[in-house]
Amino acid sequence: MLTPLEPATAEELAAAVAAAEGPLELRGHGSKRDFGRPVQASQLLDLSRLSGVTLYEPDELVLSAGAGTPVAEIERLLTANGQILAFEPPDLGPLFGQEAGRGTLGGMIACNLAGPRRIKAGALRDYLLGATAVNGRGEIFKTGGRVMKNVTGYDLCKLLAGSFGTLAAIASATLKVLPAPEAVRTLMVRGLGDPAAMLLMSRAMVSAEDVSGAAHLPEAAARCLPHADVGTAVTLLRLEGTPRSVAQRLAMLAKELESPSEELGEIESTVLWRGLRNLLPFRGDHGAAIWRLSVPPTAGADVLRACGPVERCFYDWGGGLIWLTTAAEGDAGAARIRAALSASGGHATLVRAPIAIRASAEVFQPQEPALAALTRRVKESFDPLGRFNPGRMYAGA
Amino acid sequence: MRMPEPDQAAIARRAEIALALRRILPAESVIEDGEARRAYESDGLTAYRQPPLVVALPSTTAEVAAVLRYCHENRLKVVPRGAGTSLSGGALPLADGVLLGMAKFNRVLDVDIANRAAVVQPGVTNLAISQAVAPAGFYYAPDPSSQIACTIGGNVAENSGGVHCLKYGMTGNNLLGLEMVLINGEVVRLGGRHLDAGGYDLMGVVTGSEGLLGVVTEVTVRILRRPSTQRALLLGFASCEDAGECVAKVIAAGIIPAGMEMMDKPAIHAAEDFVAAGYPRDAEALLIVELDGPVVEVDELIARVEQIAKACGSTSERVSRDEAERQRFWAGRKAAFPAVGRISPDYYCMDGTIPRRRLPEVLAKMQAMSRACGLRVANVFHAGDGNLHPLILYDANKPGELETAEAFGADILRLCVAVGGVLTGEHGVGVEKRDLMGEMFNETDLAQQERLKCAFDSEGLLNPGKMFPVLHRCAELGRMHVSAGKLPFPELPRF
Repeated sequence: MLTPLEPATAEELAAAVAAAEGPLELRGHGSKRDFGRPVQASQLLDLSRLSGVTLYEPDELVLSAGAGTPVAEIERLLTANGQILAFEPPDLGPLFGQEAGRGTLGGMIACNLAGPRRIKAGALRDYLLGATAVNGRGEIFKTGGRVMKNVTGYDLCKLLAGSFGTLAAIASATLKVLPAPEAVRTLMVRGLGDPAAMLLMSRAMVSAEDVSGAAHLPEAAARCLPHADVGTAVTLLRLEGTPRSVAQRLAMLAKELESPSEELGEIESTVLWRGLRNLLPFRGDHGAAIWRLSVPPTAGADVLRACGPVERCFYDWGGGLIWLTTAAEGDAGAARIRAALSASGGHATLVRAPIAIRASAEVFQPQEPALAALTRRVKESFDPLGRFNPGRMYAGA
Repeated sequence: MRMPEPDQAAIARRAEIALALRRILPAESVIEDGEARRAYESDGLTAYRQPPLVVALPSTTAEVAAVLRYCHENRLKVVPRGAGTSLSGGALPLADGVLLGMAKFNRVLDVDIANRAAVVQPGVTNLAISQAVAPAGFYYAPDPSSQIACTIGGNVAENSGGVHCLKYGMTGNNLLGLEMVLINGEVVRLGGRHLDAGGYDLMGVVTGSEGLLGVVTEVTVRILRRPSTQRALLLGFASCEDAGECVAKVIAAGIIPAGMEMMDKPAIHAAEDFVAAGYPRDAEALLIVELDGPVVEVDELIARVEQIAKACGSTSERVSRDEAERQRFWAGRKAAFPAVGRISPDYYCMDGTIPRRRLPEVLAKMQAMSRACGLRVANVFHAGDGNLHPLILYDANKPGELETAEAFGADILRLCVAVGGVLTGEHGVGVEKRDLMGEMFNETDLAQQERLKCAFDSEGLLNPGKMFPVLHRCAELGRMHVSAGKLPFPELPRF
């Protein structure tokens, strides 16, 4: 492998890409480097020097930073100003054996990360206002802007988010940020089976109480929680807002659900939802393959049952997000898990697996031929020579 | 505004094309007659008119696919159209192009409350979605002012907004799935009732693509529980600076109102003369701030906003006591366009977005431009998200005044870009702002967008003449840079 390229400005990045003679592996901190199909690159393109917050105007709800800026630095700055990344990006590093608190803005965008608040607030894609990036031709282009509302030209930000560095190398980006909620409380219901939990979460999400997190942990996953003394499944509903509003809505929700429930206070709730966001139930489990399934929320329990044997699992997004682990052998369950989605629709991503499995099984949801062809043409429109992370998502993309 | 040179050969083939389309569609779904075609000659940007070559009105995805496949094979241009309410000329027909009217796709296919989703056809109006889910206490959040007429297909094409975007987002933030037909007749399904895409977020980029990438034939939207309560404040200020400061402080205090609208004095007077909403005539700026959500929270936040307003020097504060009063507060704002229409024979509505803190400077410069060109301007403003709607007052019957108004509008948009803003916040580029794209994007930025267009439509047949100031051939855009005199992998064959 050649010496890593380490550009510190957008211009240096463009020059590095233009001069590159072969495929490049894009990298920030490398905290999620093992997420995706293995990339065969001849050179590392290290973006971590493109670091630093260049603009932060709290009362305009806007923040711009270099792609290599640590997410932790951005979150510290926001916290000091009573603001948050509303989409709650999970810290996936520890799943891949990396230390916690690593990860860059660019990596967060590349993976379109989103945590429990996705159901209410949206994903990263909904907060990416603009970006400056370099395409596979080594040209700097910009898309979007720094204002909240903008329909000028194609919204290429949407494509950059979740493209795993296969379309362009982001130099800098602008995000919409939001005020942090003043108070948070959780309603916990014990002992529900998966189908009953799906119904309960659906009722909570349909209620007027403005639920901002709805998760269900079957018994095995619930053991990671400090509340798991009784060894049962727990279903968790989060409310956020002003203290008085949260207290009143919590009481209303408890009444509407008609199931015995307990209230978790501010600190307990904060710790709990941070844990779920960062996949605490899988912490310490280094061997298993990890899958992430996005399905229609009410189909969650049926899909999981149809998946066949899993080692550990839990539901987020009101049942619409299933995290599960399987034995890291064969195809890690790819065939049976994808077959389980056929009735409901949705997609399954193999988030973690040994390299041999990621090289043979499809990591991302396989696509119909017309969509697969369109995906390849979109890739070529940004990166005609296949410079960036070739094959990280699909063969040819 | 120059449109691509019409292909005379296509125009000469009108009868043959209509005949071919009648083999695909029922006879009554193909309109060839000159007078009947004239009904489609313009959209909400009425300054431009052009009857289409022929109108096709499919009613199924298979029919759309067959029409597009035929047009693709015969190198015919296609202009998709929903309700034709675009303010930027997005549905302006072409003399040599087939107009693809989607009005027959007017069914609500499924309301799925448990999954907070509704599946509708693209010709369903924005408001009809909210009406279909209202019995369950739900609604569809984006609410462009044309919502009784505009269709969800058009909303997807334009990524339409409304007055509640700051809290609830635009169309793109409220979609779950799309079915779309590509120009070659291929049908792709993006998303569904689940969240996020497995691969590239094509749904995200198709949203707001102004009918240039594909024709949407089914839309799955996210629906929301109607908030328990909605209350509004009506706040008068002695200057736009004070009102702007109030907006900034509300947000800095951690409050995201459902809506935050500003009107300047000319707009206040026009609205008050028209609907007598009870607006303070002595105010230089008026803010309508709406809070929605649980009753206890709204009551609490209303009180906080009122305090902030007073601290910013508000000259009057009123809080809606009931739903009728809230509606009255909004009546003037919602009637602002027709109200301005009453005091001027014609008006031209602009749509730039700016960083909010630059508002006083932008308004002052706009007033100077207004004096210089002799045309009045009234401002209504989605203050929360910085989306300006200056209304330029002119008289099309006075020679040269339309051109002066358009030049004034272009200057306003250049000013928006110069202070860090954008050309359009919610109305789209269309033909209207097409030639201003270069103010915001350089050639490389635009070429990257055009290459994406090529990935969907390599012949440039879908809605040409919109969005891009110069039409490049895809082959020209695809040309590769030769680095240091040699192509990478010179041994590989290239076509």
